[in-house]
Amino acid sequence: MADVQQIINDATKVYGKERKALMPILQAVVKEKNYLDDQDMISIAKALDLSAAEVFGTASFYTFLDTVPRGKFVIRVCKTISCHMAGKDAIIQAIEQLLKIKIGETTVDKQFTLLTANCLGWCHKGPVMLINDEVFPELTSQKAVEIITKYRGE
Amino acid sequence: MSKYKMNILVCGGTGCKSSASDLLAAALRTELAERGLSGEVQVVVTGCFGFCEQGPVVNVLPDNTFYIKVKPEDAVTIVSEHIIKGRKVQNLLYTDPATQTKVDGSGAIDFNKKQLRIALRNCGFIDPEKIEEAIARDGYAALARVLTESSPEEVIGIIKKSGLRGRGGGGFSTGLKWEITSTVEADQKYVVCNADEGDPGAFMDRSILEGDPHTVIEAMAINGYCTGADKGLVYIRAEYPLAIERLKTAINQAREYGLLGKDILGSGFNFDIELRYGAGAFVCGEETALIHSMEGNRGEPTFKPPFPSEEGYLGKPTNVNNVETYANIPPIILKGADWFSSIGTEKSKGTKVFALAGKVNNVGLVEVPMGTTLREVIFEIGGGIKDGKKFKSVQTGGPSGGCLTEKHLDIPIDYDNLIASGSMMGSGGMIVMDEDDCMVSVAKYYLDFTVEESCGKCSPCRIGNKRLHEILDEITKGNGKPDDLDRLRNLSEVIKDTSLCGLGQSSPNPVLSTLEHFHDEYMAHVVDFKCPAGQCRDLMIYTIDAANCVGCTACARVCPVGAIAGERKEVHSIDQTICIKCGACLEKCKFNAVLVS
Repeated sequence: MADVQQIINDATKVYGKERKALMPILQAVVKEKNYLDDQDMISIAKALDLSAAEVFGTASFYTFLDTVPRGKFVIRVCKTISCHMAGKDAIIQAIEQLLKIKIGETTVDKQFTLLTANCLGWCHKGPVMLINDEVFPELTSQKAVEIITKYRGE
Repeated sequence: MSKYKMNILVCGGTGCKSSASDLLAAALRTELAERGLSGEVQVVVTGCFGFCEQGPVVNVLPDNTFYIKVKPEDAVTIVSEHIIKGRKVQNLLYTDPATQTKVDGSGAIDFNKKQLRIALRNCGFIDPEKIEEAIARDGYAALARVLTESSPEEVIGIIKKSGLRGRGGGGFSTGLKWEITSTVEADQKYVVCNADEGDPGAFMDRSILEGDPHTVIEAMAINGYCTGADKGLVYIRAEYPLAIERLKTAINQAREYGLLGKDILGSGFNFDIELRYGAGAFVCGEETALIHSMEGNRGEPTFKPPFPSEEGYLGKPTNVNNVETYANIPPIILKGADWFSSIGTEKSKGTKVFALAGKVNNVGLVEVPMGTTLREVIFEIGGGIKDGKKFKSVQTGGPSGGCLTEKHLDIPIDYDNLIASGSMMGSGGMIVMDEDDCMVSVAKYYLDFTVEESCGKCSPCRIGNKRLHEILDEITKGNGKPDDLDRLRNLSEVIKDTSLCGLGQSSPNPVLSTLEHFHDEYMAHVVDFKCPAGQCRDLMIYTIDAANCVGCTACARVCPVGAIAGERKEVHSIDQTICIKCGACLEKCKFNAVLVS
């Protein structure tokens, strides 16, 4: 498990302790741990001398700053109209079948979370999904299953 | 690049990368090395060529031969035939869809012929990870000229005179924005690049940042010089990992070359750039929301005035421009305001990058002079509609824009004409739809987007859009009534009039434009409970054609709810009260015996 306090300490050294450092610090924690729990947000609030409610208020505004537990790999399938026209429903179905979870859920082994995202900017190469920081355009159901199976091995 | 006799440019845009352009470049290098040609022929991995549909794309210079859909195993043929024997590899050339002849020069391809690349001038020609290549194509020349020859006022004068307007959607005069920021007195000012591209269907900013990051850095520095700011911030969305990497590399290289940092080019001017990352909130593309997000707050917009140019990041004057706007700045400085304003229409100068997607043959980025018609973009550059289907509509301007039809195809595209037609330029996304797309569902789609991305601060946008979405949803499910159309129209007007920011003020546009241009289609949904495009599942009726049914039982076995009855070798039937309209029987039937109406 990532040492959140350490991440916060390191981040404040780079970004300072002013309010404007809040987003980069939240992002640093999410990068390591994929979500923020209550204790993380309280620690960040202490470090920046803010109320915990303000930290939660900011974090909960952003889709990528999750405040509920997420798997090690967060899969975000683009659901925008061009990806929809290119057949994103079939991709989601294939992933749901493979991982035995629905959109918004996390696998029991905490490896994968399946989410949808608004436009990922791959409209010419849809359907597309993002797994953590990696983009996978031009998906077919088979390709999506192969990619996720590869992640499973890691 | 000049010491080599030939250059093989391989597109390294993420689109082509996904189709194994990395392996292709490596294969080309290996093949050249084996033939002892590494010293004479160079393989350059460039930014996006824009012709993504046909990727991976290769351009051989100096003879400008354009190969498409090149696989790593083609490397041997390209080297042995083209490089050594000088014979073009016919089967890799692009075939003109109209004349069915092979086209070899990149300029002769319809996709490129009508285009004029200003913002995208370097994308596909340089290796974006090497500052030397940017410099070889006049990168930082405009900054050098400005710092050594011109006063800030002169530069602002050039930008104003050029007629450049913001490319992110607003269309505000860029020069005027710069002037306001420069005239406000403050101890600290900021330059911000809005790279929070999020419009469905738009990906030009990503391509510019991935293909030519230096142009954005250069333009931001020029803006810093003009407005008196020494700090630049790029707010880039987290969904663009490759663009972030390229931008980081470019900033570091610019620092090493003394093009960012203290006393740039000995002029005494200091300027540096930091990156800030978005976190998946579309509304942060709105400039006040973007600034709040950078300050560590919820990305909610605030009322303007005060404009960011007067009171922006941390309360200081802040110039916010979008990526494509910045990419236009260096050419304007180098070639002059008159050159730029000679391109385009009366009130919209220069070019605009459009992202073509949807049911069109050539998807990808297209940069054309303002005033080009939709017909030229979709049918000549875009190569027409996929699979020979009929054009129905094109959605421009993302969730703020509208759906245009056949009758708008010959209108010259510029800011004002698009607004007059009930759509808008937006950031330049164009999603092409054919006869199989249901326009009620399209409107619902955009509203679904807005409902999710509305920040929730003002009630017209938060509640109004949700209600619009619900009405549309009921219509697509067969529960609509004719007076729903009036409710949609009235509510749309209220949301437009009373929302706080641009997102809410424009969010009903997809509803209003489809209501206006596709009224019959809406009526079909609410009066006859039919979806003419055959997209709304709940309005479909599945029946079995007795003439074609052979009684194979395949449909009955695949039906998840047991709605299909029938004995073996006898005609089957579907019980409409049980059928959930999933379409599984239609997919399974090999005898065309399942009818949909």
